[in-house]
Amino acid sequence: MRDVAIVSFAQHSQRREDSRNEIEILLPVIREALAPTGLKSQDMGFTVSGSTDYLAGQAFAFVSALDAVGPWPPISESHVEMDGAFALYEAWVRLQHGDIDTALVYCFGKSSPGDVARVLALQLEPYLLGPLWPDAVSLAALQARALIDSGKATEKDLARVVARSRRNALSNPFAQLKGDVDEAALLDEPLYADPFRKHDLPPVTDGAACIILAAGDKARELTDNPVWIKGIDHRIDLQAPGSRDLTISPSTTLAAQKAGVPKDPDIAELHAPFSSQELILIEALGLDESRTNINPSGGALAANAVMVAGLQRFGEAFNRIQAGAGKNAVVHATGGPCLQQNLVAVLEGSK
Amino acid sequence: MSAKLAAVLGTGQTHHVSARKDVSIAGMVREAADRALADAELDWNDIDAVVLGKAPDMFEGVMMPELYLAEALGAVGKPMFRVHTAGSVGGSTSVVASHLVQAGIHERVLTVAFEKQSESNAMWALSIRIPFSQPLVAGAGGYFAPIIRGYMQKSGAPLDTGYRVTLKDRLNALKNPYAHVQDDTITYESIANSPLLWDPIRYAETCPSSDGAAAMIIGSEAAAAKQKRPVAWIHGTSVKSEPTMGAGRDRINPHAGRACAKEVYAQAGITDPYTQIDCAEIYVPFSWFEPMWMENLGFAEEGTGWKMVQDGSTALDGAMPINMSGGVLSTNPIGASGMIRFLEAANQVRGTAGEHQVPDAKVAMGHAYGGGSQFFAMWVVGSQKPTS
Repeated sequence: MRDVAIVSFAQHSQRREDSRNEIEILLPVIREALAPTGLKSQDMGFTVSGSTDYLAGQAFAFVSALDAVGPWPPISESHVEMDGAFALYEAWVRLQHGDIDTALVYCFGKSSPGDVARVLALQLEPYLLGPLWPDAVSLAALQARALIDSGKATEKDLARVVARSRRNALSNPFAQLKGDVDEAALLDEPLYADPFRKHDLPPVTDGAACIILAAGDKARELTDNPVWIKGIDHRIDLQAPGSRDLTISPSTTLAAQKAGVPKDPDIAELHAPFSSQELILIEALGLDESRTNINPSGGALAANAVMVAGLQRFGEAFNRIQAGAGKNAVVHATGGPCLQQNLVAVLEGSK
Repeated sequence: MSAKLAAVLGTGQTHHVSARKDVSIAGMVREAADRALADAELDWNDIDAVVLGKAPDMFEGVMMPELYLAEALGAVGKPMFRVHTAGSVGGSTSVVASHLVQAGIHERVLTVAFEKQSESNAMWALSIRIPFSQPLVAGAGGYFAPIIRGYMQKSGAPLDTGYRVTLKDRLNALKNPYAHVQDDTITYESIANSPLLWDPIRYAETCPSSDGAAAMIIGSEAAAAKQKRPVAWIHGTSVKSEPTMGAGRDRINPHAGRACAKEVYAQAGITDPYTQIDCAEIYVPFSWFEPMWMENLGFAEEGTGWKMVQDGSTALDGAMPINMSGGVLSTNPIGASGMIRFLEAANQVRGTAGEHQVPDAKVAMGHAYGGGSQFFAMWVVGSQKPTS
């Protein structure tokens, strides 16, 4: 495989964007990502984005977002109805062809205008399950209950995940939820969706992210510390929550194996919107919490712009490796109910 | 390109109709995929990854339906990818699937596209009023009619050019058992007398709303070598996009379409598309887009595409057969419409197109477009391995 690296990253996320639409959020993020490379969007060999119409409540919502790139004269471009992490996968595939050296990946999502947990219920099988409107929080709570009932985790473990996220998020300017919180105090909070307390849920977030990829020497030319994608793979499990073991994530394990996740990477950025899911992912990826820095950004419990949070994991790991906070990272993104679809990548710095 | 070779090993599609009330979405996509596997004489175990494409999720009311379709498409434990690039999506999806093989990542990829329009109402799903935006149109016809008027004015094309495209495509559809509109009573007069919907577009000049799915299996050079039946070699692929609005845009002869054609021809070693391409399946949702795309794709000089329609060049037995299957004018499961173009082009060079086969077709083009004539996807396939 051709060596492909992340050379730049920019993001924006906050609780609620009242005054700006998706294009207005995106435009400065794309400019910021391009700036350190000295390149313009027109110089990119390929451009690809990830978003979903159902957040905007409008068919073809991604069409006008393309204006944030400025596709004139015409560009080679594609779009996935998936998290931006999967758009990055398509760009990585495209760069393998060898005829282009750079790609721009972006994603966006405004969750705040609607009821995102109920919107996500529309992802379910539409004839028998969907009409019951099991929202994303309730389904994740069932998964957490199954995890606790299996004896693999306790409510205390969930609180530990949340406390770590809040603590780590203190240094993340894009995190909404942060603080030095006490695990015991978290357990004193009332139940919200048994076994979840409100803090086990991700916040509602509006945001956008952009990553610039470059291959081989082009990457070395654009930054003195390219962060290489050493492996990347994604897999899907069956959807029906009643027909699979919700306490494990076979697709994550398989993707990790295909991506070649090393033993004890320095950093793990995991896209776990719910506290219990982080525990499932740690097991699926074979991580040791004492040896790997799990979600130093705070993860999706700190900020969870739907369609963006997966690509943000790449960016957060990139930032830390570039800053010397670790030499390698495992990065994960998810889609679908209860961790149905999972992407795993291995990143490694040049120094 | 240092990309590896890839070929279409098999294709399948459903019998497209206005409402498939007998199957779920999963049942419908499975039908197309099963047919593609049977055509390629392959099994589900031979498939490494699945790439699904469809137009807006609001057309069925299911958000990211690939998640729920993972089981029906045998994707559990495999990579499942979802493309969405407006009307061009069926074409873009084929391109994304072929790239997975050309990049050397997979040996055999199943790609599927569908729309089940009867589950919702596409015209109104396209007409949602966006806050703070001017409500523009009711449906796609309202957007494209002024562009067609502009073409007529610029080129001086006679009014019946559109009627002739419809007549040709709908007669071709009678030779295609999968085509949706099967009207053996159609005449020039019946088209000319059909109701005017969006001046100058008459009812008979518009695509139907269809339920349907299309599927292809794309494989590597090694996978193609194992096939007993003929394969279609991919000689070039391209996707190009431009903005919906902008002062420099030419909506009649879009820059992105010309750039896309230029790129795909360069890859396929084509310098004179009219003589080097034997036939093409292009995306014509309203009759007038045939002459407009003839010019955009370089089959005719600017302002003269309508002459190819009038003199019968684009007929099944003409010098440059276009939409031998009956085209989008006869079958329009929106998300699948682009893939059907790509698939029909592949079948032509495989010699498996059936009654609408162009004799001895060696090189064929598949074309799709979407949005406000701004997203383009194309491929050129051939019966022989690419030499360049």
